[in-house]
Amino acid sequence: MTQQQTAGPPAAGHADLAEEFLDRQTPLSRIRNVLHRYPALSPAIVLLIAVVVFGVLNDRFLRVENLSLITQQVSVVGTLAIAQTLIILTAGIDLSVGAVMILASMVVAQLSVGNGIPGPLALILGLVVGLGAGALNGFLVTRFRLPPFIVTLGTLNIFVALTLLYSGGSTVRGSSMPGLLTWMGSTFPIGPVRISTGVVMMLLLYIAMAFILGKTAWGRHVYAVGDDKEAARLAGIAVNRVLMSVYLTAGAVLAIGAWIQIGRTNAASPNAGVDLNLDSITAVVIGGTSLFGGRGSIWGSLLGALIVGVFRNGLSLAGLDVLYQTLAVGVLIILAVSIDQWIRKVKS
Amino acid sequence: MTATHAEPAGTGLRQPILQARNLVKTFGRVVGLDGVSLDLYPGEVLAIIGDNGAGKSTLIKCLTGAEIPDSGELMVSGQQVHFKRPQDARLHGIETVYQNLAVSPALDVASNLFLGREERLAGPMGKIFRVLDTKGMRRKAKDELNRLGISTLQDVTVPVENLSGGQRQAVAVARAAAFGSKVVVLDEPTAALGVRESNQVLQLVRDLRDQGLPVILISHNMPHVFDVADRIHIQRLGKCAATITPESHSMTDAVAIMTGAATA
Repeated sequence: MTQQQTAGPPAAGHADLAEEFLDRQTPLSRIRNVLHRYPALSPAIVLLIAVVVFGVLNDRFLRVENLSLITQQVSVVGTLAIAQTLIILTAGIDLSVGAVMILASMVVAQLSVGNGIPGPLALILGLVVGLGAGALNGFLVTRFRLPPFIVTLGTLNIFVALTLLYSGGSTVRGSSMPGLLTWMGSTFPIGPVRISTGVVMMLLLYIAMAFILGKTAWGRHVYAVGDDKEAARLAGIAVNRVLMSVYLTAGAVLAIGAWIQIGRTNAASPNAGVDLNLDSITAVVIGGTSLFGGRGSIWGSLLGALIVGVFRNGLSLAGLDVLYQTLAVGVLIILAVSIDQWIRKVKS
Repeated sequence: MTATHAEPAGTGLRQPILQARNLVKTFGRVVGLDGVSLDLYPGEVLAIIGDNGAGKSTLIKCLTGAEIPDSGELMVSGQQVHFKRPQDARLHGIETVYQNLAVSPALDVASNLFLGREERLAGPMGKIFRVLDTKGMRRKAKDELNRLGISTLQDVTVPVENLSGGQRQAVAVARAAAFGSKVVVLDEPTAALGVRESNQVLQLVRDLRDQGLPVILISHNMPHVFDVADRIHIQRLGKCAATITPESHSMTDAVAIMTGAATA
């Protein structure tokens, strides 16, 4: 026994040496290790390069009015991306985020304009719709053990149909709504920049969510569940409860997204936001969150949403057809996932 | 025949920490456990061996709350208990290291040690905002690793996926042995490891026992079992075929009992 004990430390020393040697392999693998450690770093670099390139291509791009326009354009997708990030972190995916948001926005608008319900109450009922949708998704995922992709593909269609049935397909204009409902669209100046209330709301949600994910046990459990569900269960984490709370939180965030959407478009339209589902997934993926769950940062999703916004805005300022924006977004997605795969190969 | 129920010397005076009486567990028509009893005494390593399908895993799952036995009794320190979840067994101080290493690869060593029992900051930040005491947990993780004599884990802020197989096993064992647990259950702890790393884990098992912590070890590896075990519980066809000691029986005897070629 004593022999084994004295033999222990030098052996461990060799292992450390071997690992250090692996660490020093190439400059490329060192970059990979850094990117692995800070998942929001690669989208930050992409965003920086994109801003510089589009700024050089067109001098209107870097004007403050244009930059503040980009932030406003990003506010809705950015908010949906918060909900999407939570779900993707648990190794799920939510195809229904856009549909839930539109349903909530129609309910809020119709209740207040059609039924004369006061603004604050209408917003609260919108929140109830968001929570209800999240509860349905969460219930199907946890109780029936259906894959989130299938569950939300189903609920996507259900929510779209409910929205059209409920609204009769007609748009509610913002001018007929009480001021509170369109408040998210109002802007105020900070120096030369005009910021909308919706953008501030989105940023507050990001700060809150970054705090919750990074500093609380719940946040750590969300990562653990996405990382390895069985390991989390065996560690004593109530996996289904965590999943359910993730879908409920996402639903609440989507209801706030509905409020921002009404302000941003100054209307509630049942036909809006068809592509918001995929844009939110795009933002999360470009932001470096792994579709396999357990890995990623909420700030990456904000950067991802900004990257999509910057590309769309910059390409249209460069005078390119809107189809090229779609093309560029497609290329971005595949690049982002390829980089994610490459980064995940670190020492495994 | 005395060897069939080998017990450590002087057991008459000592109370088993963990006792199982006539555990039965069926899965549909398949009988997983057919009336299995087991005693675990303080400061011993009890190995459980058996062929595939002999009921080793089912037995362990019943002892650790991962499965609920159909009938039979479980007692911890003489007190009858009913485990419905792994969490229940944990609350009674029974910690398990599963074969598939239940660690979260992306989380760091300290986070893994505290997974499912995180500590919050004292004062309003912890109570109202529920902020984790990350620094405190890292410090305590280091202290626990030192106390357990686990020297392979120096940096508790490294993500577990960056560790070697032996180091990951050490994380899992440390999590099971830390924080005042009474029993550590290790399911095939050396199955995926090389020779040197296996020896480290076996040494860790001896260290735990020497600190008075009883260990239940499930393993296919006869040399490892005979190396560290004080007693060996042999499962066969859902029953306990015999309980032997490395002194009373050879490895060949154990394999013969395991396969039904001999009785103890």
